[in-house]
Amino acid sequence: MPAIEVAGLERAFGEVLAVQGIDIAVAEGEIYGFLGPNGAGKTTTVRMLTTLLLPTGGTASVAGHDVVAEARQVRSSIGVALQEAALDPLMTGRELIRLQATLQGLPPASGRKRADGLLERVGLSDAAERRVGTYSGGMQRRLDLAAALVHEPRVLFLDEPTTGLDPVSRKTIWEEVRALNDDGTTVFLTTQYLEEADQLADNVGIIDSGRIVAEGTPEALKGEVGRPHLELLVGEGAVQEAERACAGLGKLLPPKDGKRVLLEVENGAADIPRVVIALDEAGVAVESLELVRPTLDDVFVAKTGYHLEEEEDAGAKEAEPA
Amino acid sequence: MSDLASTARVVRALGARSIRQTFRRPQLISPIIVFPTLLLAIQTGGAGAGVELPGFPPVQSFLQFMLAGSMMQAMMLAGNSGGIAFAVDIEMGFTDRLFAAPIPRFAIVLGRLAGTAALGLFAALWFLAIGLIFGAEIEGGVPGALLAIALITASALAVGGIGAAIALRSGSASVVQGLFPLVLVVLFLSSAFFPQELMIEPARTIAEYNPLSFIVEGVREPIISGIDATHTLEAVAAIAGIIILGLVLSARALQHRLRVG
Repeated sequence: MPAIEVAGLERAFGEVLAVQGIDIAVAEGEIYGFLGPNGAGKTTTVRMLTTLLLPTGGTASVAGHDVVAEARQVRSSIGVALQEAALDPLMTGRELIRLQATLQGLPPASGRKRADGLLERVGLSDAAERRVGTYSGGMQRRLDLAAALVHEPRVLFLDEPTTGLDPVSRKTIWEEVRALNDDGTTVFLTTQYLEEADQLADNVGIIDSGRIVAEGTPEALKGEVGRPHLELLVGEGAVQEAERACAGLGKLLPPKDGKRVLLEVENGAADIPRVVIALDEAGVAVESLELVRPTLDDVFVAKTGYHLEEEEDAGAKEAEPA
Repeated sequence: MSDLASTARVVRALGARSIRQTFRRPQLISPIIVFPTLLLAIQTGGAGAGVELPGFPPVQSFLQFMLAGSMMQAMMLAGNSGGIAFAVDIEMGFTDRLFAAPIPRFAIVLGRLAGTAALGLFAALWFLAIGLIFGAEIEGGVPGALLAIALITASALAVGGIGAAIALRSGSASVVQGLFPLVLVVLFLSSAFFPQELMIEPARTIAEYNPLSFIVEGVREPIISGIDATHTLEAVAAIAGIIILGLVLSARALQHRLRVG
C-alpha cells in the first residue's frame, strides 16, 4: 500500500483553482520531492495532506487513512515541519519538544526522554534551555524537524525545509533527512531548489500552476530531455577542425561561442577517451573538457517553458526590502 | 491513557504555555496588572470623597468599593490579551503545529481559555492582596474572598472565549488589539467604577442591562457587605451566558478557520 495516495485532488479558493486535480503515489520508505516555483500549489497540497486544509475535490490518503474521513488517524501517523518553522520564539527548545510530545500523546516520562534524545540528535542539547527566538535559522529548522519526529511518524512532511538557510545548514538538514529515510521513514519534501530534489528524492513530481507537469525518478526525468554532452574548450580557430574530428562520435550541438564544441554523447563518461583520442589524432589542443548532464532545470524548462531558477530569482527580488 | 485524560493533559500543557507566554511578553502582562493598578491608585486617591455622595452604597472605603471594578478591568484585559496571544499564534503559524496534532481541535481553544482563566485568578488575588495591604476589609470573610476569586476566574474564561473567537475568525492580532478601547467602553458602561444609582441617563439604563454589571455586583457584594444569593446567582447566570456565547462563537470560528485554511 502506498504511504501517500492522491487522486484528482483539488483545492479552490473562490474562483482560483490552486491545485487542479493532481495524482500522486508515494511508496513506503521513499523520499518524494515535490518541486515547483512559489505559488505553484506545493504548500496547498501539503496542507491538504496534513489535514490542515480541506480539499474541494478528489481524494487523498496518508498512511492508509483518508485525510478527510480519518483525519485524526492521519495526524497520528505523520510528522509535519511547515514552511518557515512555526515556532514560538518565547519558548525554550526543550519546552517546545516536550509540548510536542504531549500533543502526540506520549506519557510524560517517555516524552521527556524522547525530547532529550531528539535535542541531542539534532545538536541542540546545549541550546535547549535558550528561548527559540535566540536561535539561528538553521537551529530553528533543526528544532522544527526534531519536533516533527517526537512520535516517530511513518510519514514525514517537510515543506521547504531549507529555504533561506546557508549551505552548511542546508547540508545538515539533508543529512538528517537521509538518515531518517534510512530508518524507514517516508518523506514528502517540497522544495524550490533543484539541487535539493536531485540530491534527496527517489521520485520527483514537478508542479506548475496547480498541475503536475512531470513525475519520475530524477534520472528518468533528465533522460527524457536529452543525453549528456561534452563541452570542449578548444580555442578560437580550432572549432571547425575539432568538429570534423568529432563527427561520427556523437551529435554536434549548436555552438555557444567561437571557442567551444558541444558534442552530445550516448554513453556519457565512457565516450570521453574516444573523443580525446580523435582530437589528439587531429592535432587539436583541448584546453578543457567537461561532461555536462541534463539537470532538473532542463526538465523544468522542457515541461513549463521557463527556468525555475529565474522564478526563484524573481521571487527573491520581490521579497527584497526596498 | 484514556482519551479524556490525554485531552486534559493537552489542555493543561497549552494552558501552562499560555501563562508563560503572557508573563514573558511584557505587552501582554502589563495591561492586566500595571494599567488597572495605576487606575485604582489614581481613582482611589482622586475620587475617594465620592463615598460621601448621597446614594453611594455603604462601604468601608472607596478602595473597598473599587476592588471589584479593578478585578473586572484586569479580567477583561486578560481576556483581550489572551485573544491577542492566540491571534499571534495564528499569524506565526504556531496553531498549525497544534492543528496537525492528533488531539481534539477544540482542546486548543480550551487550553488557551485555561491560561486566560489562570490569569483572571492571578488578577483577583493581586487586587485582593492590594486591598488587604491598604486596609480594605473583605466583609464576607474568607468565603466571600473565595467567591470573588471564583467569579473573576470564571469571568476571565468567559471573556477569553469571546477573544478566542475573534482571534480565530480574524487571524489578526491587530484586530483583537483594536478591541482594547471597546473593552474599556463596555466596562465603563457598567457599575464597575461607579454606583449605578448615581449614574445619569442613558448610562444608567445601559449599565442596568450590561451583563458586566451583574458580574461586578456579584464580585463586589462579598467584599463590601457579605455573600448575597441574589447577586451571586445573577453573576453566575451572566457568566454562564457569556461562556456559552464565547464557546459557540469559538467553535464556529474554529470550523471556519479549518475550512479556509
